[in-house]
Amino acid sequence: MEGPLALVVGILIATGVYLMLARNLLHYLFGLILISNAANLAIFVAGRVTRAAPPLIPQGMEVAPEPIANPLPQALILTAIVIGFGLLAFALALITQAYKVLGTLDVDTMRIAEPVPPKREQSS
Amino acid sequence: MSWLLALPFLIPILTALAAFPARARKLLCGFISVFGCALLLTTTIVILVLVETGGTRAAQMGDWAAPFGITLVADRLSAIMLVISGIVGFCVSLFSLSDIRKYRVKLGFHSFFQLLLAGVCGSFITGDLFNLYVWFEVMLIASFALLVLGGDRIQLDGGIKYVALNLVSTLLMLTSIGMTYGLTGTLNMAQLHISLAAVDNPTAVSALAVLFICAFGIKAAIFPLFFWLPASYHTPPVTVTAVFAGLLTKVGVYTLIRTFTLIFPSELQFPHTILLGTALLTMLTGVLGAAAHYEFRKILAFHIISQIGFLVLGLALNSPLALAGAVFYMIHNIVAKTNLFLISGTAKRLTGSFELSEIGGLYRASPLLSFFFFIAAFSLAGFPPLSGFWAKLLLVKASLDQAAYFVVAVALITGILTLFSMSKIWAEAFLKDHPKDYCQSLQDIPRYERYERLLPVAFLALITLVLGLIPGPLIDYSLAAAGELLKPGEYIEAVLGLDIQYVGNR
Repeated sequence: MEGPLALVVGILIATGVYLMLARNLLHYLFGLILISNAANLAIFVAGRVTRAAPPLIPQGMEVAPEPIANPLPQALILTAIVIGFGLLAFALALITQAYKVLGTLDVDTMRIAEPVPPKREQSS
Repeated sequence: MSWLLALPFLIPILTALAAFPARARKLLCGFISVFGCALLLTTTIVILVLVETGGTRAAQMGDWAAPFGITLVADRLSAIMLVISGIVGFCVSLFSLSDIRKYRVKLGFHSFFQLLLAGVCGSFITGDLFNLYVWFEVMLIASFALLVLGGDRIQLDGGIKYVALNLVSTLLMLTSIGMTYGLTGTLNMAQLHISLAAVDNPTAVSALAVLFICAFGIKAAIFPLFFWLPASYHTPPVTVTAVFAGLLTKVGVYTLIRTFTLIFPSELQFPHTILLGTALLTMLTGVLGAAAHYEFRKILAFHIISQIGFLVLGLALNSPLALAGAVFYMIHNIVAKTNLFLISGTAKRLTGSFELSEIGGLYRASPLLSFFFFIAAFSLAGFPPLSGFWAKLLLVKASLDQAAYFVVAVALITGILTLFSMSKIWAEAFLKDHPKDYCQSLQDIPRYERYERLLPVAFLALITLVLGLIPGPLIDYSLAAAGELLKPGEYIEAVLGLDIQYVGNR
């Protein structure tokens, strides 16, 4: 099961990187979202995938019998998803505001903070 | 004890909560913030004293035993970084009282500022990789908010670039944490020191090391990854830039140091080789960028990058003296850099601009401010007897010990170019006359504002002077901290309770 999931992670990252190479800021954000999901999935796969064995301890036992699914990566991913949601929501709000104020989503034309230096006057 | 180690991030979080309802009243909100920072500074000093007398301390949150729960650890490096964060927080919050306008306070400036401090302190004190990620995010989201708070056009423009590139760093960090877990089954840093050394898969470990360099390298603004910094640092109010310049990139360097002394086995040589190359290029590109610019804050922003090169150099050389140099340099640099940004803010208040061509006359109008600038700037350039001289001396000595003459040459060239751009600011902003003859003196601004602007600057300049004139104690402390970093036996014993026989490679 790890093999196909790893492949999915690879495809998600490749698509994400392709989108992030675009000049449009919104495409960049979509790429970021894909890679964020890929990262979460990577953590999930890193914990090894165990089918149909919930990590529950039966009554009267101290430790759950092997094999069980690893619950830790899922807890990590849950945290990462919440954090990622917050960051991406902020990024989307920022992009919306930037579009309203700057009037463009094309990153090549965003030069207010770093203006193109004025050309030196030719002396001739 | 366990509560004490949690205080460095609990205090700022509680202060943020207290400041938020009071944000409509500028003065009250500001005082809450300053009070919180004073409390934070006191706590961090207590931790420093405890660590210095009793060795590395660890605390298990919620009493979950070490490799399973979240661990907080204070060793010498963490403790001194916490204290310096407390100092920067206190000075900057005092400065913000007059520099931050009412509408920004109303939007919650002080709460975000405190959350930023919580993220920084949390990153310094945690002993768990995933917890480190969480603190990074706290720091990141607070810095996003601070950067665009107020919503000026230029802020949004800089903010977009900052957010875009820092989110990439976040994702790289998350991925590398996932890979680490997949390889070792743990994320506790002390346990990783043992587990990762036992992993019999050099390819995967190397890939992991490179991922970590990229993830933390973006945060630390090292050579090919620093472009977000000069794009954004000159856009927010100068208070925000001062705290960013002092602390944010240094958290990246701190995590790099932790990763490549504690987590990865020290036999692994190639990350240090990569870091050595990037460190030299970072030093040079940063200082050349500074030489090309004529805006007060842009020059300083490029200098941050150049100084990061020195810090990474200390890690890359990987000897006790070099690491001690990095620790000393970090302390000196945080103080001097924050101070320079605060001074640039007051210079703008007096002359009306950050553009060097549009200002001047500061030396005649306010000799006191000029004196403080002189101390901070020449310390940054490495003039004896100021603190920067000792910091550079340690690093140069460490390079000479390893016969790395090329490194020494680059370091000295960088020093000269730093001096060049500092004297550019000195000549333009301080010595020459103001083109429109507008320069106010410190006497022209209201009394309370004068104190709020000058006290933090004077305090930081005093630290620079004291570190310069009496460098002995801090050098000894840095050497001890470097010793702990290179032989992390004490750290591991404090966290895991194991007494492993640590056999270092030197």
